[in-house]
Amino acid sequence: MKSLEELKAIREKTLAGIQLRKEDGADNVRVVVGMATCGIAAGARPVLGAFVDEIGKRGLSHVSVTQTGCIGVCRLEPVVEVYVPGEEKVTYVKMTPEMVQRIVAEHLVNQQIVSEYTIGAAE
Amino acid sequence: MEIVRSHILVCAGTGCHASNSDEIVEALQKHIETEKMDKEVRVIKTGCFGLCALGPVVVVYPEGAFYSRVTPEDAGEIVREHIVKGRIVTRLLYQETVQEEGVSSLSETPFYKKQFRVALRNCGVIDPENIDEYIAFDGYSALGRALTEQTPQEIIDIISKSGLRGRGGAGFPTGRKWQFAAAAQGDVKYVVCNADEGDPGAFMDRSVLEGDPHSVVEAMTIAGYAIGAHEGYLYVRAEYPIAVKRLEIAIRQAREYGFLGKGIFGTGFDFDLIIRLGAGAFVCGEETALLASIEGRRGEPRPRPPFPAVKGLFAKPTLLNNVETYANIPWILQNGWEEFTKIGTEKSKGTKVFALGGKIHNTGLVEVPMGTTLREVVEEIGGGCPGGKAFKAAQTGGPSGGCIPAEHLDIPIEYETLMSIGSMMGSGGLIVMDEDNCMVDIARYFLDFTVDESCGKCAPCRIGTRRLYQLLEKITGGGGTPEDLDTLEVLCKHISENSLCGLGQTAPNPVLSTLRYFRDEYEAHVRDKKCPARVCKDLLQYKITDACIGCTACARVCPTDAITGKVKELHVIDQAKCIKCGACEEKCKFKAIIKE
Ligand SMILES: Cc1cc2nc3c(=O)[nH]c(=O)nc-3n(C[C@H](O)[C@H](O)[C@H](O)COP(=O)(O)O)c2cc1C
Ligand code: SF4
Repeated sequence: MKSLEELKAIREKTLAGIQLRKEDGADNVRVVVGMATCGIAAGARPVLGAFVDEIGKRGLSHVSVTQTGCIGVCRLEPVVEVYVPGEEKVTYVKMTPEMVQRIVAEHLVNQQIVSEYTIGAAE
Repeated sequence: MEIVRSHILVCAGTGCHASNSDEIVEALQKHIETEKMDKEVRVIKTGCFGLCALGPVVVVYPEGAFYSRVTPEDAGEIVREHIVKGRIVTRLLYQETVQEEGVSSLSETPFYKKQFRVALRNCGVIDPENIDEYIAFDGYSALGRALTEQTPQEIIDIISKSGLRGRGGAGFPTGRKWQFAAAAQGDVKYVVCNADEGDPGAFMDRSVLEGDPHSVVEAMTIAGYAIGAHEGYLYVRAEYPIAVKRLEIAIRQAREYGFLGKGIFGTGFDFDLIIRLGAGAFVCGEETALLASIEGRRGEPRPRPPFPAVKGLFAKPTLLNNVETYANIPWILQNGWEEFTKIGTEKSKGTKVFALGGKIHNTGLVEVPMGTTLREVVEEIGGGCPGGKAFKAAQTGGPSGGCIPAEHLDIPIEYETLMSIGSMMGSGGLIVMDEDNCMVDIARYFLDFTVDESCGKCAPCRIGTRRLYQLLEKITGGGGTPEDLDTLEVLCKHISENSLCGLGQTAPNPVLSTLRYFRDEYEAHVRDKKCPARVCKDLLQYKITDACIGCTACARVCPTDAITGKVKELHVIDQAKCIKCGACEEKCKFKAIIKE
């Protein structure tokens, strides 16, 4: 260890990985994937995996990915909900791993909702 | 470190380890692999969460779901339900956190609400075997700043202004101690950490070493810089294998990262640490005995002065602090002394860790701001005595401390207030007693301990504690006289005034404090030959009341055939034969057997 900068670099690299254990998660963005039987059958597992992957690659430590039970619109599964603090929740439907990259890039990074994937567009 | 979506924290402190937490970790990992989630979920072994009574403990993030009393068989359900489907396994949740909608934060439960974690800040939060996690929670930044931006005197000034006092028992101001050691003349100096923790029932220091070993490594290195030492010793009792192993790992990692060794942080400062194992003698926690033991000599105290700061290890100036004292140091340097002085009371700043034990619901590890009342700790955090029994006394300070009765439950926890009521802070053991505890017997128990642990170097302690013990045995055995109580007091005074070291000087405290607050119990023993709590066997008799229907169950279970009687007739106990084992009382379905 030669300098404070070196220490800071290790700190930041690791912090991203353990952010989800900090209690002050109130301003975290949450991505919630429906993982009930219907969701899993429709392919929610690879979608969840793709989110974790993509968020990890970009080091988005303020985003947590969790799963939930049946959201109630089984025909539109896999369903993913994105909660940004202070904003209305956005529901994406009929998700595939390929769609994940765009949602992460546009919605989670640039705060632009990908409207054509949302439940509004599907209905 | 990889970003994953979920962390499963499993307590791997000594308590949970003993109840199979390793197997839980294995089972969790197996199920996660089966579900092919090993890229998304990490299982992490941590230090103590504090709620040892409910161990083994497993916490799942990001939800923060707190599972208690988990078994390896539960692992599959946690993975399949919680990790795969996001359905929290309510049946395993710590009941206090169960809400209609999901779970409430752990910090809102009665057990945690009044706690404030400084020394234990990373316990149960980080993986103690991973230096990166310690760094992520600001670890080693205090050391970095100290070496590159602050002078040794500036560090000592911050510690002095923080008001931190020794957590090893006596409460000596830490900044003053560092100043003495820094001012001492000598080309070679040492930094020593006291991790002997000899108090029966205490496990605060063990938990810090198991849950956050790097905080002590960092603090000792800072101390080395502050006083001008290049070598440090950690004296840990050999009965703490997990703590020793984690310390070894921490020291190895710190060397790899260059936090120990030569030219730390690119400065000219060199420092390294050595672990020494103690064989677990209580007296080796006394500083001069501890230093003698590190040197390879017999662990016996010597008169002070000279104090270790002047003439300590290998006759060189030595700074010696307790584990918990050190664990506070990085926090103070990171957050500033001003923040630290905001916690606690005027003369006792910061927090204190207690190991809660005895007749209490939530046995475990708690850290509270100084000034918290004993009542808050016992009733709110500890959840009171189990089984609706009445609280009788709280014992702090272990064999050197005293028993605090219910009438003093509202005093704030501070060094001075505890002294003023005849107890002491001690290192943090807190044992709760209820109506079923006999206070004379408690005093006898602690004296039994000191008689065993007295090193024998000086007569007042070696002979005096034995005489005290014999008197207490006489009283609990029914042979005591009222004069014995006066003799006890005289003897106590003599021992505390004339003993060489703290062990002897404080050994009478358990007797003096119980005599002071529970004299009626002593008098019942010597005058009426009765033990009000019905503990002292020689003072009680088992009797059979009219409720007996003559089922003969008691007669059959009595090992000495002391019970006679015909079927369907009242039975009687032959007191001469009765050995008071209590077997009959347990066997009787009709509650016809009583002791009085
Ligand atoms: C009999 C006896 C046992 C002691 N045991 C311990 C112990 O287990 N741990 C400890 O830190 N201090 C213990 N002490 C206190 C130490 O002598 C010393 O005061 C303390 O470690 C100093 O550190 P501090 O200023 O950080 O509290 C004991 C003292 C006596 C007299
Ligand atoms: S007081 Fe007891 S323990 Fe201390 S030196 Fe004397 S005999 Fe040894």
